[in-house]
This record gives sequence, C-alpha cells and structure tokens, in this order.
Amino acid sequence: MDIMSNLALGFSIALSPYTLMLAVVGCFLGTIIGALPGLGPSNGVAILIPITFTLGLDATSALVLMTSVYYGAMYGGRISSILLNIPGDEPALMTTLDGYPMAKQGRAGDALVLSGVASFVGAFLATIGLLIMAPWLAQVAYLFGPAEYFALYLLAFCTLGGVASNNQAKAAIASCLGLGIAMIGVDDNSGLPRLTGGNMHLADGIDFLVAIVGLFAIAEVFFFIEGHGKNSSIGVKLEKVVVPWRDIWLVKWTMLRASLLGFVAGILPGAGASLGSFLAYMSEKSIAGKEGGFGTGVAKGVAAPESGNNAAAGGALVPMLTLGVPGSGTTAVLLALLMTLNITPGPTLFTDRPEVVWGLIASLLIANVVLLLMNVPLVKFFVRILMVPAWILLPGVTMISFVGIYSLSGSYFDLLLMVAFGALGYVLRKLDVPTVPVILGILLGGHMEDALRRAMVLSDGDALYLFSSPIAIGFWIAAVLGFVAPMFLRGVLAKPQRVSD
Amino acid sequence: MASDRLFGLVVLMTALAYIASATQIQTSFLQDPVGPKAFPMLVGAVAAISALVMIIKPDPSPQWPGVRTFGALFIALVVLVAYAYALKPFGFILPTAVTASILSYQISPRAIPAVFTGAGLSIGLFVLFKYALKLGLVPFPKGLFA
Repeated sequence: MDIMSNLALGFSIALSPYTLMLAVVGCFLGTIIGALPGLGPSNGVAILIPITFTLGLDATSALVLMTSVYYGAMYGGRISSILLNIPGDEPALMTTLDGYPMAKQGRAGDALVLSGVASFVGAFLATIGLLIMAPWLAQVAYLFGPAEYFALYLLAFCTLGGVASNNQAKAAIASCLGLGIAMIGVDDNSGLPRLTGGNMHLADGIDFLVAIVGLFAIAEVFFFIEGHGKNSSIGVKLEKVVVPWRDIWLVKWTMLRASLLGFVAGILPGAGASLGSFLAYMSEKSIAGKEGGFGTGVAKGVAAPESGNNAAAGGALVPMLTLGVPGSGTTAVLLALLMTLNITPGPTLFTDRPEVVWGLIASLLIANVVLLLMNVPLVKFFVRILMVPAWILLPGVTMISFVGIYSLSGSYFDLLLMVAFGALGYVLRKLDVPTVPVILGILLGGHMEDALRRAMVLSDGDALYLFSSPIAIGFWIAAVLGFVAPMFLRGVLAKPQRVSD
Repeated sequence: MASDRLFGLVVLMTALAYIASATQIQTSFLQDPVGPKAFPMLVGAVAAISALVMIIKPDPSPQWPGVRTFGALFIALVVLVAYAYALKPFGFILPTAVTASILSYQISPRAIPAVFTGAGLSIGLFVLFKYALKLGLVPFPKGLFA
C-alpha cells in the first residue's frame, strides 16, 4: 500500500540516530516549555526558531525538532494545570477544571498519569488521522486555483475570528492589522516599495519572526511585571506516582470520543487546540450529565480535555502541511519556520519533498511514544522544573528572544520592532483583541493578495470569478457562517471560568 | 467601555491614514487588473469598519493596572529599547546583566536575587550561546581589556 511504503520512507529518515536524538531533545524541551506558566507552545516554538536557524539544521531536522517541541508542549501544559491550577498554556485551561480538584484530593499523581495517557491516545490517533487525511487532502488541493485559495484564506481568518475569540470586530481588526503589516515592503508584482514611509529598514518588509517573538514572548514579560509574578504560587504536593489502571480503563471511550472531536476541531483552519479541548470537555460533560460530577475532579474530566487538546494539535498540522493554512497559533509559528527554510507547504510538498512530510509524520509517531515514556515515569523531574520562579524565567526568556532575533539579522532595528510588538501585544491582549490573527495576517497576507491578483489576471478583472467554482463557493459560505454563527451561539459557547479555588 | 472606544478611535485613524498612504503607492507600467493599491485599501476599509463597530458597541473595560505598575511597565519598555541599542556597542555581557536584573526586579522587587539573576543569566546564556550553539556573540566591547 501507498501509505505503508511512504511510512517506511519516513521511518528510514526518522530512525537515524541524529534525527532520533533531535526528537528526544525536542520532546524534552517541549514538555518543559509547556509546563512553565508563561511559556506556551507558540512563544516557546517562536523563540526556538531563530536558534534552530542559526544552528544550520536542514529542513527535515529542523521540522522534526520543532514539531517534537510542539507535541511536547501540548503534553507539558497539563502539569501546571493540575498542580498549580495555572494552565501552562492556553489549551490546558480546561484541564484545570477537573485536574486541580483531583490533585487537591491527594490524587495528583493519578491525574498526571491519567492525563499523560489521555494525551498519548489523542496525539497517537491524530497522527494516524494525519497520515491518512493529509495525502488525500493534498490530492484535493490540486484542484485549488487562486480563487479557491483566496476564499480559503478568508475562511481561515473568519473561523479564527468567529470561533476562537469573543468579539468579531476585534478579531477582524487583529486580522487587518496583520494583513496591513504584511503589505509593507517591496511589492512582488511591480517591484516598487509600498507603505514603507521612506524607511530603508522597512523595504524588506517586517520579518514575521520578529512579530511572533514580540507578540508572544516579550508581551508575556509585561504581563508578569503587571502581576508582579503573583501567578507563580506553590500548588499541591505530588506524592507517590502509580499508574491508575482502573481509571484509565474507565475513560477509554471518553478518550476515543474526545480524540475524534479534537482532531476535527484541529483541522478547521484557525480553530486549533483550545477549541479542541473545550469541545471535548463540554461534550463529555453533557454525555455524563449531572451525575458525572464534572468539575469535582473526576477521571473523565481530566482525560477528555487532554485527549481533545493533543488530537487537535495533530489535526492542526493537516491544513498547515497540505494547504499552507495553519489551524492554530502554534502551527502558524511552524508555518513561519517552513517559510524561513524556504519550503512552501501545499500539495506539491507531498510530491516534491516526500522525505520532509513522511519523515515528519514518522517522527511524530516516535515523539509521541517518547513523550509517554518521559511523562509518566519522569513526571517528578518536570514538576521540579516548575519551581523555577518567574523572576528568573521571564528575564531569561526575554534575553533568549533578543539573542535569537539579533542572530537572524544583526540589526538593532529588528530588536526595536520586536519590543514594539511586545508592547502592542500587551495592549491587544489587555483589550481582549486576539493576537493569533495578527500573526496569521502577517504570514498569509502576501499569499492572499497574490491569490486575489492572480485570480483577477485569469478572469481579466471579473470579480465574479472568485465565486466561479463549487469549492470556492463552499469556502465563502463556510467563511460567512464561521464568522456570523458564533454571534448567536455566544451563550452556548461561552468559555467557563477557571476554578477559583 | 472607554478603553474600547479609545482603541477603536486609534484604529480608525490608523486605518484612514493607511488608506491615504495606500493611494500614494507608485504604480508601474506593468499593470495587473488589481494593482498594488487595491488590497491594502481593502484591508484598511475592513479595519475602519470594524473600528466603527468597536466604537459603537464597546466591551466593558479591562482592569488596567495602577499608576505605579504602569510606571514599572514603562521602565521595562525603556530598558528593553535601551538594551536593543546597547547590544552592539557594549557587547553581550554587561547590557544583558543590567537588563535582566532590572526586569527581574520589576517582576519581584528584591534587589539581591535580582542582581544575581541578571549576572547568572548573562553569563549562563553567553556560555550556552557562544560555546554550545556557536553563535558569534561579542562578550565585551572591543578595547576594554586590550
């Protein structure tokens, strides 16, 4: 079978000692990044990108390292959710709802092992889904012309704005901000500078890595200064860790259902892991009903969001690899990595660079096993790392960000821009304006405009060409629905608040 | 309420300025039907409309920090900008130690741990970047120990 021979190719790359070592290092770093509050998958991967780049890793190695970090961060996020009642990253928010109460009952070890297994199931099933879905979707993507791509980009911004944020106007502003920034620099078609204000530094455009590191990593420092590091409270103690076989058996269907739901949520462009864990938790809660005791520390409530979150992480890779449209904030950062490495994601990636795609998928399978092994017996080690106080961690993150960006270009102008993006990120997040659309806009702006212009060249300026194929019309309808429908579903989809002790 | 309105107003102004400068984009003789102006203007228009929506229907204001915290944030911002300028002329170690100490102090106001954090981070990261990751960092300004 096709998939089997492709997988064999993948494993032949992934099982080389060097790649294997990168996967293990990535899993280890990723778990730490996920576990530390204030360092999530997106800013963790973002600050590591410039460093990978200067290390001179080839495309496959860099991608293996970064996706291992990505998967690892999804595992790690649960540790601080359960022990400190602080989500290590945004998708782990739902894990606090039952994980922390369970830990307070003295079952912290059980909660950690159970969520580790749930993460494994979710990520494993999603990786299987990825390797079945992705080649198929890549085939479909061959049918896409510029009109379809334009509609698809629009769909990504709309679902991101509609589903993942609380206010459509703010999400639209964030998208426009990113798209507007992407326009700065020399126009590819005419070769003339646009919107640079005569500033020579802006002629090349604004590097998306500068924006990503600024918005995600530097902004975090400002938040910690505002909170004076109060968030680094000491949580519950971790006693002995044993494997709670009975609980794992009890939640088998929950994990399967949550994984499926999370995977689908992950594939939706722009929705991502937070939505995956949210949907998984809410659906399990309604299946269990009132007697289920969700919110009091039940096994199902710990397993569902973790399976959902990790499955969504895998699902989000599907549109990123096949269409070049990321399904979440962190996959947007991974897309930035691909672009920096001069790899164009999309259907041609599967035929031109099969070793990249299948090497990546095989390493994801390996990374997942490594992560399970790392996260169950070694969980105590990661718990100790959690005790690094914010007043050491955050200055460290800032300094690493500076060195990373500085090593990319060696220009102080990029550093200033990064600080400016940090300040912007602080204000935006304060006002509940999502920052992920900004990143997506900067990443996709050029492509989106290009798709529009090529479509118009093909049709000789006839705007109706944008609606000329069933696929394009489907995307337009989905885009409008994705943007409008959540306005009416706000009451149902409202995010539950964190357990306030 | 007020913060959203203010932000909406700022976005509206920026969007209008953006559209205005987009009209000034030079066009070349090689012209496609859309041209280099249309997409930026479209983006500006969508931003302006969304800003109007924000002004008309604002969300409740977030909890803004007090004057002292704002001062701390402002100091952090100034320090980071200064650090960006200082990195090249003064080498890595000294500016990093100073910046990290100040940031650490802003997060948790205890002077001695902050200074140790700064010094430790600066030397630790220098060793890590220079020798483990082989980045070409300059530790001290040239001529200091010459």
